[in-house]
Amino acid sequence: MKQSQNVVIKGTKDGLTLQLNDKCAYNELIEELTEKLDAVTKKSEDALIKVTVQVGNRYVTEEDKETLRQLIRQRRHLIVEEIKSNVMTVNEAVQWKEENEIVSYTGRIRSGQILEVPGDLLLIGDVNPGGTVLAGGSIYVMGALKGTAHAGCYGNDRAVITAAKMMPTQLRISSHLTRSPDRYDAEEITESECAFINEAEQLVIDRLQVLKYLRPDLSTFKGGF
Amino acid sequence: MGEAIVITSGKGGVGKTTTTANLGTALALQEKKVCLVDTDIGLRNLDVVMGLENRIIYDLVDVVEERCKTHQALVKDKRFNDLLYLLPAAQTTDKSAVTPEQMKKLIDELKQDYDYILIDCPAGIEQGYKNAVAGADRAIVVTTPEKSSVRDADRVIGLLEKEEDMAPPKLVVNRIRNHMVKEGDMLDVDEVASHLSIELIGVVADDEEVIKSSHNGEPVAHNPNSRASIAYRNIARRILGESVPLQQLDQEKETFMKKIKRFIGMSR
Repeated sequence: MKQSQNVVIKGTKDGLTLQLNDKCAYNELIEELTEKLDAVTKKSEDALIKVTVQVGNRYVTEEDKETLRQLIRQRRHLIVEEIKSNVMTVNEAVQWKEENEIVSYTGRIRSGQILEVPGDLLLIGDVNPGGTVLAGGSIYVMGALKGTAHAGCYGNDRAVITAAKMMPTQLRISSHLTRSPDRYDAEEITESECAFINEAEQLVIDRLQVLKYLRPDLSTFKGGF
Repeated sequence: MGEAIVITSGKGGVGKTTTTANLGTALALQEKKVCLVDTDIGLRNLDVVMGLENRIIYDLVDVVEERCKTHQALVKDKRFNDLLYLLPAAQTTDKSAVTPEQMKKLIDELKQDYDYILIDCPAGIEQGYKNAVAGADRAIVVTTPEKSSVRDADRVIGLLEKEEDMAPPKLVVNRIRNHMVKEGDMLDVDEVASHLSIELIGVVADDEEVIKSSHNGEPVAHNPNSRASIAYRNIARRILGESVPLQQLDQEKETFMKKIKRFIGMSR
């Protein structure tokens, strides 16, 4: 018997938790894991058991994760639910940051210009007809939106589009689309509006006030006032 | 050292060439030494509007390809004493005959001898546009109060704003028809200016005199009685740095009517 165990198996009411040592060599770990799993498999009955793998401070690549999954899946009644790691690469961190931050831009998006951001977009200015704004997240326009806006453009149905003056040529959220009425009366548009996808999977425009109830997660402010 | 101004619009037929001819004439009337450069290679017509077609010997492409000296290709305007010159475009080749680098070199050379170089840009945003913009220090965007030409002007302004070492472009709204604006069948100047959000440097009314004068090969700016002529002269003065109020297109009575309308609108 080794002095310290590299693989610790714990049973919880949600299934099994595999705690993998993050100090030892990867090969050693795989070896021991195989051994232990074989031992466990023999004992247990045929019901499906969910497994959470905790790798601690070890960086596992997608490839390694796949190997782990394969290894565990070979025991027929084990299902890997999640592989948890405390480590991520700088690239992943940057991507995560970009997808979650609000990028602001001051100026006017003119005809033929395309502004694309990976996260949320705060545009302090107008979008002219023929101009396009694209965002992986939501789009907030502090001026008149007269061009095309596409929020959640990588497939996020929760994204919204807001504008102080909503008179777009076309609105798109994720894979949903709506076009403008054929004629706008500029004087009719007096208040800020927002566009979102409702329960019926339709892209609708409503007063800005409803957003508070529909997308409470848009507020990141914590605490009371 | 002179200043090079490109006159552009994106859309064709909005009056770039007419504007170039008249601003050149108006600047020359102000005793400035001006050179007009037609960069619409293959479709030249600035020379026709200026009435100088029959004096052309060499053209822009000849200069760029060094078949002649620059001064040999310049056509002097007979109506001015050594103030206004035209460098005509070639008629036989196309826009790819010249590169932006060559244009820049040429304009820089002309800037030594002239106070203002006005570059007449072809329609579109391809090679011809790139050539015309290459040597310019600032730009004037011409648009008519129509949606299509405003849309194209917007596109061009976007491109001009990306251009380094160029001052923010200025706007000329051409061919305003007052009665149509009043009926609401045409965009008004304020709408156009606020949509494009660049500085308005002039408003030119739709005037039959302009068509008549270009037919006769004599820019309307020579005629002191035409409204369009006064508008062009005012733009020239604004280019020189004077502050000239915009020409009032409406009569006094109509502005009063507008006031009443606005008052009713507010009280409602």
